[in-house]
Amino acid sequence: MTITLLFVFVLAAFVGYFVITRVPPLLHTPLMSATNAISGISLVGSLVLAGSNHGTVATLLGFIAVTAATINVVGGFLITDRMLRMFKQRLPGGGNGTQPEKREGK
Amino acid sequence: MLALLLQIPETPVAPVNTAMDLRELGIQLTYLTASVLFILGLYSLTKPARAQRGMQMAALGMLLAIVGTLLSRQIVRWEWILGGLLLGTAIGYPLGMFVPMTAMPQRIAISHMFGALAATLVGVAEFRVQHGQVSHATMAALGFEVLFGALTITGSFMAFGKLQGFISGTPVTWRGQNAMNLTLFAATFGIFVYLVVDPGHPALFYAMVGMSLLIGVLMVLPIGGADMPVVVSLLNSYAGLASSATGFAIGNTVLIICGALDGASGFLLSVLMSKAMNRSFGNVLFGAFGAAPAGAAAAEIGDRTVRSVTAEDVAVQLAYAREVIVVPGYGMAVAQCQHQVRELASLVEKRGGEFKYAIHPVAGRMPGHMNVLLAEANVPYDRLYDLEEINDQFEQADVVLVIGANDVVNPAAKNDPGSPIFGMPILNVDHAKSIIVLKRSMAAGFSGVENELFYHDRTAMLFGDAKTSLQQLITDIKEV
Repeated sequence: MTITLLFVFVLAAFVGYFVITRVPPLLHTPLMSATNAISGISLVGSLVLAGSNHGTVATLLGFIAVTAATINVVGGFLITDRMLRMFKQRLPGGGNGTQPEKREGK
Repeated sequence: MLALLLQIPETPVAPVNTAMDLRELGIQLTYLTASVLFILGLYSLTKPARAQRGMQMAALGMLLAIVGTLLSRQIVRWEWILGGLLLGTAIGYPLGMFVPMTAMPQRIAISHMFGALAATLVGVAEFRVQHGQVSHATMAALGFEVLFGALTITGSFMAFGKLQGFISGTPVTWRGQNAMNLTLFAATFGIFVYLVVDPGHPALFYAMVGMSLLIGVLMVLPIGGADMPVVVSLLNSYAGLASSATGFAIGNTVLIICGALDGASGFLLSVLMSKAMNRSFGNVLFGAFGAAPAGAAAAEIGDRTVRSVTAEDVAVQLAYAREVIVVPGYGMAVAQCQHQVRELASLVEKRGGEFKYAIHPVAGRMPGHMNVLLAEANVPYDRLYDLEEINDQFEQADVVLVIGANDVVNPAAKNDPGSPIFGMPILNVDHAKSIIVLKRSMAAGFSGVENELFYHDRTAMLFGDAKTSLQQLITDIKEV
């Protein structure tokens, strides 16, 4: 089983490397926040820990882990979305100042 | 190693009854779907126009994986789960919605801390629950998890502090620092190896966690603000590796996949950032640049004078320029003047001039920092040019505006083999017909190196706060 997991890890790392190589520098900050949001998947492990009966300390650790991971999931996806919305405003090739200004009303 | 792997297949993989099997299969399918959506989400980042949609799909994948996990039979109580989810959302929502783009580097740094915290706590709890009675392979996974996790927790917190400004951004160094750090690191790694061979020592395990926490602090202490892009990327990678190790420890593939993606991304970014500074990883981590250099060069430049101009003069130049290139740096983020830059650009464009932005890979405090700020100010992204794309165009530029950038435009990187930044690829600003540097004072850049560009015949300095200067330029150009 461990060896299978190792296969999964190495192949995923390769996929990640080749996909991310193609991300333009323009989007490097959203890339960081996106991987951050995705790494919030540790929530999966934290949920099981907080929800099983392994004693108070384990539950408490689980509770903190769930909180931390949820912060990353919620905050990470929201902020990535906010950033990408800014980059989406203009289509590539356009933008000679001719396109109407779309300001985000906040 | 072989022995480690061979003893694992004994764990029963086959399901006990079919009902459980179906539920377990369902859970695994949500994980598989989530993994695919995450990869597609990252792939969508290769195209700015598609990216937002792609990441929304990834968020959907996350929701699926969470719902899938909640179906697990291992979960028997809900109050702490609900509490954590609610508290996390209450903290995460404002962190996602209200943090300004200028604070993005510290926002990213702190989120690495949260990710690593979750991974480390799961690892510690797993060790506790099993009372140290774990297999060698599991111990290896748990060890990696808490090692990377713990040093990322404190390292990211230090990075956050330095970027936020409550910890001094100047490198803290002392004699024998590297030797001390390496010794500590070797000792920690020694404990790790010992534990893998003989896992039943809780005290050693906790000592290892404590030492890793200390390593995180010591690792970031000597690193200065300009090297932050590398460190933030590296911590991103470590946080990923920690979650991957969690996946190994609890046998969860979606964790392994996400951790690997995260780790690969952080690794790639740190390599790119190091290259953009012409420095090796090791040099960034162990070679704290700072006080030592600059002596000889400064003396040589010492009695030369700089030419200072008024905003009015600059406004006239800009008004009649056909091609203007802006070189933004960390100073633009500090002065928060990206909106003024954009406003100035539209005024120049109205008069028929062309406005471009030259973005050095390490301008700012994290990868892509300048792009995000300019995008926030509604600068179309096809106006933003990478180093390679724009470097030949400086010769045609009538005016170059350097706003809060210093080391990335320092000709010493090309001309002076004695300079600490020698060999770093820079923007060829000195080829332009006229160079205007917006700068608060004559202080040296972050690396402490004098910038010869300021003394160039075609360079003029516009002193003052960048935001105020730009506002003045905007007023003046309207009157030209």
